[in-house]
Parts: sequence; structure tokens; C-alpha cells
Amino acid sequence: MGSAVPQIDFDLQKKISVKLKEFLPERCVLWQEEDTRPYECDGLTAYRRLPMVVALPETEEQVQRVLKTCFSMDVPVVPRGAGTGLSGGALPPGDGVLLSLAKFMRVLRVDPLARVAVVQPGVRNAAISDVAAPFGLYYAPDPSSQIACSIGGNVAENSGGVHCLKYGLTVHNVLRMKGYTIAGEAVEFGSEALDSPGYDLLALAIGSEGLLAVTTEVTVKLLPRPETARVIMASFDDVQKAGDAVAAVIGAGIVPAGLEMMDKPATHAVEQFVHAGYDLEAAVILLCESDGSAAEVEEEIAKMKEVLGRAGATRLAVSRDEPERLRFWSGRKAAFPAVGRISPDYYCMDGTIPKKRLGEVLNFIGALEKKYGLRCPNVFHAGDGNLHPLILFDANNADELRRTEEFAAEVLEKCIQVGGTITGEHGVGVEKIDQMCVQFGAAELETFHAIKRAFDPKGLLNPGKAVPLLSRCAEFGHRHVHAGKVNRPDLPRF
Amino acid sequence: MNLFSEKIEKAAAAKLPLRIRGGGTKDFYGNALEGEVLDTRGHAGVVDYEPTELVITARCGTLLRDIEKILEEKNQILPFEPPHFGAGATLGGCIAAGLSGPRRASAGSVRDFVLGATILDGRGRLLAFGGRVMKNVAGYDVSRLLAGSLGTLGLMLEVSLKVLPRPAAEQTLALEMPQARALESMNRWAGQALPISATAWRDGELRLRLSGAPGAVGAAAEKLAGDADSGQDAARFWDGVREQTDTFFAGDVPLWRLSLPSSAPAVDLPGVQLVEWGGALRWLKSGADAATIRNATARAGGHATLFRAREKPAGAFAPLPQELARLHRELKQSFDPAGILNPGRMYAEF
Repeated sequence: MGSAVPQIDFDLQKKISVKLKEFLPERCVLWQEEDTRPYECDGLTAYRRLPMVVALPETEEQVQRVLKTCFSMDVPVVPRGAGTGLSGGALPPGDGVLLSLAKFMRVLRVDPLARVAVVQPGVRNAAISDVAAPFGLYYAPDPSSQIACSIGGNVAENSGGVHCLKYGLTVHNVLRMKGYTIAGEAVEFGSEALDSPGYDLLALAIGSEGLLAVTTEVTVKLLPRPETARVIMASFDDVQKAGDAVAAVIGAGIVPAGLEMMDKPATHAVEQFVHAGYDLEAAVILLCESDGSAAEVEEEIAKMKEVLGRAGATRLAVSRDEPERLRFWSGRKAAFPAVGRISPDYYCMDGTIPKKRLGEVLNFIGALEKKYGLRCPNVFHAGDGNLHPLILFDANNADELRRTEEFAAEVLEKCIQVGGTITGEHGVGVEKIDQMCVQFGAAELETFHAIKRAFDPKGLLNPGKAVPLLSRCAEFGHRHVHAGKVNRPDLPRF
Repeated sequence: MNLFSEKIEKAAAAKLPLRIRGGGTKDFYGNALEGEVLDTRGHAGVVDYEPTELVITARCGTLLRDIEKILEEKNQILPFEPPHFGAGATLGGCIAAGLSGPRRASAGSVRDFVLGATILDGRGRLLAFGGRVMKNVAGYDVSRLLAGSLGTLGLMLEVSLKVLPRPAAEQTLALEMPQARALESMNRWAGQALPISATAWRDGELRLRLSGAPGAVGAAAEKLAGDADSGQDAARFWDGVREQTDTFFAGDVPLWRLSLPSSAPAVDLPGVQLVEWGGALRWLKSGADAATIRNATARAGGHATLFRAREKPAGAFAPLPQELARLHRELKQSFDPAGILNPGRMYAEF
């Protein structure tokens, strides 16, 4: 982590601003520090950099011209949506243009018969479900930040949420995207049909963290809103038992609409904040949701209760009505801000593991709490193995910050070691660029760079994010020696 | 595996094309087959299957029917219900072809369930993308890109897939109605919370398959009020649609696959049609010329593939817009610089 000293090249700044103002209104080009300061970071506030210029185009044609202009001048471009990303993917370029798509806020079309919505990238995730609601439809992926995050950012990060075990990630719920390459060439990936000829470039572009193309329009799938939903809150006195209970539910042939886990420190932080009615005696609680028709939900809830009971749940509470269901969820959805209240700062991590290794990984995190002298409540998308440990620290204490970083790095490497990954849904951005060197070898990283070159031969679109240079990995290997073993001995050292 | 990579390295050095082939059940699909056969069938076997993780990892040469059998023992399924087109169908061929079956519209496609893959690229380098976990956004999603790439980007050695529990109950209903009404009904029902897992309209009759909890299936069957097929007849019917053994597919007339927005009105083309996927997939048996069919499909918002035909002079797949064609060439170049892996199978130019 760390913040960069602003080193703006004022001549270039002026040159670019003048060029952009040839086709953008005065108000759409920001360069004075008081105007650009709000753009210095995204949701990962530990990384900050002042953008040289911020462009806020209002039409697709303007987006295209911004890109063409920057491309012809070899100026880097970083696209930005709502700025809620948690991995620094929208960290601005100190020597380039931050391209904000915040003005692309229109819902262009809702087709209730075909069950699709065509929206601009700045439309908020939750707003899509709002416009679909009168037709009994909704947009399924629901990241915690859904009231603020935009669909363009969701596409860039392949965002998930608490219901993706059953309903999938962004990649499963987007049919088409339209946009421009850095050279300003118009591209359209996918279509309103279920497939397109050739390679699945839509799948490649989703989750590419804004490195391949700039999105200006997205077609999403809408699903019928389930008739009803109920959630079970199950208490366990032991982490391993809860982990086994998750496996037992799935082993019984049930795919819950949501399957979340919170440990005791997390429920305590949350309870003070939102009074969700959680069992504060439990070592962990599981939230296990069923949705569908009333008959279906009744059948599934009964089955899940039986399985959870047999797996050793010490207490089971089923939501009796919609307000109670929402209250049970409110705690989980407010977990991050709640933790923010008990600590000056917290570092939200994101890694995925095979579910069967949960007990082992949580014990490992427990040991790290002692090793680094830092607290770490855990919330967990248990159904899909996605961990969100929240390391509590004080950013004003340099040593705590250092310990937090080392703590986090150890957790991510543990995720890889047990067969998981360094990021389930928050992306690599700048945050996890070094861990990419642990997850992938030189040949895979070279392939990623080759893919990047196909879309962006000059490497101008969101440079320095998501995929590390091999030279950076070699350097990281030097800094990062574990038990006398150098990481990635296969890499060339520079 | 070393044998494979040696073979690829040699072929790359000599610029001699290789034709990656499993059971050969999909030889008919795509364009010309060129090059020396690289047989994947020896590289078979399930590497890892953990039912409670909902993930299976297997080698490319594993028979698709073996995978389905292993899943069935744990009451799980490949949710995209892939067609085999023959007993020899392998996992590698299934992913490379990227074809999904009747459950696609409700459950998702092949690529939706691909979690990770290990491949040898056109230089013979071993590369691993994705993983064995549900959520993974580290690096570009290359493993999903491989689905449907027809072996042009690499030889898939191992693939990890998400699997799902088998629905507890299934029932098929038959309703008589013309195509236009069937299209309207399928779209309307898909917007309601009904457990419809497959649809097929042909010859004035719409069949609906309901899958899920017994209560939900029963309630939906009552609401939709069609004639119920016997379990055996229903299984045979869906198998016929999935494997194209249904009488509709018989004969020598060219078979076109029209992929369209589900709510697109009936496409007026000479020939007979079978509609699947809630309207999003329309099989057309027609002797009309390629341009007529492709233009009509494009006007309706989709694309047309010449699926089965004695000859495919206009190419199996709809041509790509210029910028996408450029991206395809560049991607192909980066995975397979010598252009030796299944050249021409997808598009003549690579």
C-alpha cells in the first residue's frame, strides 16, 4: 500500500486538456487539483494518486474521441465507474487521463418479454432491479455495494454477491457489451441471442478490469423475482462443524439461494451496529436461504433444517416473515461498515478456497492474528468458498500497516496453497499484483500480456493493473523469500 | 502429456497442421479438417471429483458418458446437458465444440460451467488458467474463452467444471399450438417463477420439461395444463432433441442452427424448423442459399451456423465484423503463432 507523490507533467496536462476541450464541454475536462482530488482513489483508499486530467464524456462519440486522442498521443487512459472497486482498479494515471463514465446513467430499454435491459455503464446495479421491478423481474448479481456500484464496474470486475452460488456472477448474467478499444475502434461482444459466432470475447472481456476495452453499453439478463424467500440462521459452536454443515447441505442436493457464514467477532461487530438478532453465543453462524414458489421454499427449508440439525447446529431460527428475513440479511450486508466502527481502519480481503479446507484456513487466520497482533473477523460466502477476512488496523500506525500487509499476503498465499485463488470477486487491480506472481507462472503471464496486446498494442488502457510485468515478479521474488525458497525460480531475473 | 507437447513443438517447428481429435463425434461441425490427427483419447480419467464442492476435474480424453455416470452416482449432472453425437464423445471435444443441450436456456451454457483448464498452447507450453473454485477473477478468464474455440487456441489437457444436483422431480407436458403462439408463450412463462428446464416446439406441438422440487413441478404442471408425457416417452423425446436422433433431424437437407433473441418473431425462411431454448435456438432444415439464411437471421438480431451439410462453401460460421476478425487473428496468433492447431476449422483465415 502507499500513496504516490503527485508528479504531474504540467506541459502535457495542458496539451491534453486543450485537445480534449476541442470536443468536450469545458465542465467535462478537469485538471485543477481541487477538481481532480476526488478521483485520486477508488474503494481501496490506501492507494492514492492524483490524475493528470479527468475526462467526463457525455456521449459515445465523445468517449471514442477521448480514446482516439489519447491513443494518438500515447497517453494512458484509466476507465472509472462509480469508484467503489476494492482492488484499486480505477487508481488514476499520474501521466494520463482518468475516463469517468459517471455521466452514462441512462436505462436505454427494458424488454419484459425478452427479459433483458439495455443500460449505460454508469447505471447503478440496484437501479437495474428497480426499473425491472414493475415487470416482476430483477437483475441477480448483488455485490454488497449494489446501491452505489455501477454495472460498467461490475462488468470490469465480474462482480458476484451473496446469491451467486445459485444465480451466477456477472459473466452469467450479461448477454452483450458494446464499447471501444483504446484505438477508438467500436466493438460489440455477445448479442441478445444466447451465443455469438467465433471466440467468446464477452467472457474474456468480463472481469478484464478495464484492460481490454471501454464499455459504453451493457445488455443484462433479467430473471423473474422468486415468489418468496426464507432464510435459516443456524448457530454452531465450532468452525469445522459449520464447514461440514455447508458441505452436507450441498451434498443433500440443495443449492441454497444464499449460504453465508460469519464468525463470532463479525457477528458481535454487526450486532452492535444493526441489531440483526444474531446468536452472539455461537462460534459461527450460517445464513442459509431458500427462494422459489411457496411450496418449493417450504420443502427446501424443512430439508435444510434437518441437514443443519444433523450437522450439529446448536440453534436454528427460520425467518417468519419478510421483515425478519431482511433483518437477518441486514447484518451480513452491513458487515463491512459495522467492522469499520470498531476499528480506525480495516482491510477487506478476498480469496477463494475449496470449501472443505475452510476449517484449516480459518485456524490459520486465527494463528496469524496472534502472530501479527491484529484482529481479523471473518465473513464468508460459504456456498462458493469465497473468504472475506477483515483485518483491523490503524493506518496512522506505520507498523500496523506493515503487519496488515504481511498478514494479508500470508492469507492469500494460503488460499493458493490449498487450491484456491487470490481473488474471488474484487479483482487484482494494483492491490494483488504481486500475488499474481505466486498464482501464475511466466508462461501464463506472457499469455495474458499477449491477449492484452491484441486489444491494446501500445499498453495504454489501465496500464500497470491486473497483470504484473515479468520483471516485477522477478523483483517480488527477491523481496519475498519463504523458508529459504525463492518464488518462481523459472522466471528470468532482472 | 510430454508426448503431446513434443508433437506440438515439432509440428510448430515444421509448420505442419495438427488436427486435435477425441472420439471424432463432432468431425461434422465447423469447417475443413486439416492436418495429422492428434488423438487425445489416451489422456483420460477423472482427476478429482468432490460432490460437496460441486466441482469435477477430468482429462480431455475422458468419455463424456463416463463423466455423466460418475456424476449420476452422486445424483449430480452436467447442467448444460451437452450433446454427445456418438458413444465416443470426450470431455475435450465437448468443451472445444462449446455446444449445450436442452437445459441451456434455464441452466446456462458450457462456458458458464467451465471453472478452469490446463492446456498446451501452439508452442507446446503447459498453461493453467482458472481453477477448481466457483469464483476466481485472477487474470483474464482464458478457460471460458476456450469453450467453443474448436481447438484452435490449444490442446485442452484437463478441465474443471461446476456441476449441479440432479433435480428431484421432472415432468414433461405437451401443448398443441402454432409457432408464433409457442414463441410468445415460452417467453412469457420464462418471465414467471416457473421451473421450466427445457422447451421444444416442432410440428405444431410444444413440449415443456419441468424440473425441480416435486411440489413446484406439480404446481407448475397444474397451472400450465398440458398433456403429461409418460416418463419413458419424455426421456426418449429429450434425448432425441439433444442428440439429434429425433425424426426432425433425419435426411440430407442442410441443417442450420439459428441463434436469436428468444423473443424474435418466427423467421420466415423456406424449410422446416424446430425451436428450442425458449425461442433462442431455432433449427432450420432448408435448401435455401447461405446468404438468404444469414441475412434473415442477422436482421432478426442473431446469427446462423451451417451445422450439418455435405458441403459448406460459404463457411460454417457467420462472418465476423472487421474489428472482431482482427481480434480473432491476433488472439490466435498469440496462442498459436505457427498456426498449426486445427487451422481453418473455425474460419478459413486462421
